[in-house]
Amino acid sequence: MVVEIRLNGKLVKADAAADTTLFDFVREHGCYSVKCGCETSNCGLCTVFLNEKPVLSCSVLAARADGGCVTTLEGLQEEAGEFVTFIADQGAEQCGFCNPGFVMNALALFRENPHPTEEEIKEFLSGNLCRCSGYEGQLRGILNYLESRKQKEEILSN
Amino acid sequence: MLTIQNYKKAESLAEAYELNQKKSNRILGGMMWMRLGNARINTAIDLSGLGLDTIEETEEEFRIGCMVTLRQLETHPGFVTYTGGCAKEALRHIVGVQFRNLATVGGSIYGRYGFSDVLTLLLGLDSYVELFKGGVVSLLDYADRDYDRDVLIRVIVKKKPVSMFYEAVRVTETDLPVLTCSAVRFAEDDAFTVCIGARPGRAILVEKQGNRFTSGASQETILEFARAARESVPTKSNLRASAEYRSHLVEVLVKRALTKVFLVTSDR
Repeated sequence: MVVEIRLNGKLVKADAAADTTLFDFVREHGCYSVKCGCETSNCGLCTVFLNEKPVLSCSVLAARADGGCVTTLEGLQEEAGEFVTFIADQGAEQCGFCNPGFVMNALALFRENPHPTEEEIKEFLSGNLCRCSGYEGQLRGILNYLESRKQKEEILSN
Repeated sequence: MLTIQNYKKAESLAEAYELNQKKSNRILGGMMWMRLGNARINTAIDLSGLGLDTIEETEEEFRIGCMVTLRQLETHPGFVTYTGGCAKEALRHIVGVQFRNLATVGGSIYGRYGFSDVLTLLLGLDSYVELFKGGVVSLLDYADRDYDRDVLIRVIVKKKPVSMFYEAVRVTETDLPVLTCSAVRFAEDDAFTVCIGARPGRAILVEKQGNRFTSGASQETILEFARAARESVPTKSNLRASAEYRSHLVEVLVKRALTKVFLVTSDR
C-alpha cells in the first residue's frame, strides 16, 4: 500500500507492506539516528514524534501513521544542538547508542513541561534505557541545561 | 514475529465487526503486546479513524474511547481528580511515556492481561464496557469472559463519588508488576471493592466473607479482612515472584488499601 507521511517537514510518499513498522519506514528514508535496541517495546531508542507526541517507532505501523507528521532527530538539529552539548559536557554517555532516543524524549519533556522537577524528569525519561551509565550524568546535564535556559529567560525578561 | 498481510483502516464499526468475524483477522489496539507474539494476521483492522480516541466527561460518567491511549487517561484532569490521583499512579510506571502514547485502553481491557494495571484500576469502579453487538456489560462480567470477536467500543465509568487507593509492587521501575491492588469506597452507600491483579492472572475482586464492616471499619477489622484476602486470593509463581511472596503482598496491600479508604480518607 502507498503511505504518505510528512517526515521532518518533507512529504514522503512510498510503498510500504502492511506490517512495515514506522521504524523501518523512517530508516528506509534516511533517518539513521533512529535505532532499534531491544525488540520488546522497552528501550526508547527508536523514539520519534508522531503528530508531535513521542512514540516507539518500532511498535507502530507505518500504515497507521499514514497522513500524519513524523519528526526524527534529523529534523530537530537546532532544538537538539544546544541541549546535547550539556550532556556531552558531563561526559554522560559512553557508547552513545541510546543518545538519539534519549534526546528526542528529553525534548518532548521540555515541550510539555518547560520547568520539570527532578522527579518529573526521572519519570518522563524512565522509558529510555542506557546500559553504560547510571543515568546520573544525563540527569546533571539536563539540570544544567534547564538552569542555563532559566538564566537566559531571566536576562531576556529584564 | 508478527506478520500482517493486509491493513484496513475501518470506515465504520459495522465494517470492523464484519472483518473481525474471520478468524485470521485481528483488531489492532496499540499493538504493543501483539507485536511481541507470532500471530500471522490476514487483515489487521485499525479503528484509529473512527474518532474513538477521546474521553468524554459528562455529569454522570466518563466515556473512554477504545483508542484512547494510556497517556491520555493518565493526564486527563477530570479522571485523575475523580480517582484521587490513582489513574496517574496506576499508569505512570508502565514502560515509558513513548509506550503509553501508543498503548490503548481498549487493547488493555480487551486483552484482560494477567499483569494489567489498567484492569486493576478500572475493575473496582462502577465500570462498563460497550460492545458493538453485545451492548453495555459490566466490566466485572467482561473481565471474566473468554475472548470473542465482538468490537469493544468504549469503557464507561460512572461518576459515583469515591475515595480510592492504588498501589502496585514492581521488582524494578517500568517492569511488569508483581502484584497490583486497588480499593474503592463508594461515598453514597459505603459499599467498597478491593481488587487484586498480576496474581499473575486476570484482576479479580477480593471476596467479602460476611460483612466485617457493619459496625464500622477499625484497624482490627481491616487486619482481619486483609488476612482473609491472603487466603482467598489465588496466586501463582512465575519468574518475577513466588506464590507465597504474592500472597504475603496481598495481605500488606489490602491492609494499606482499606486503611487509606476507611481510616485516612475521612473527609465526609
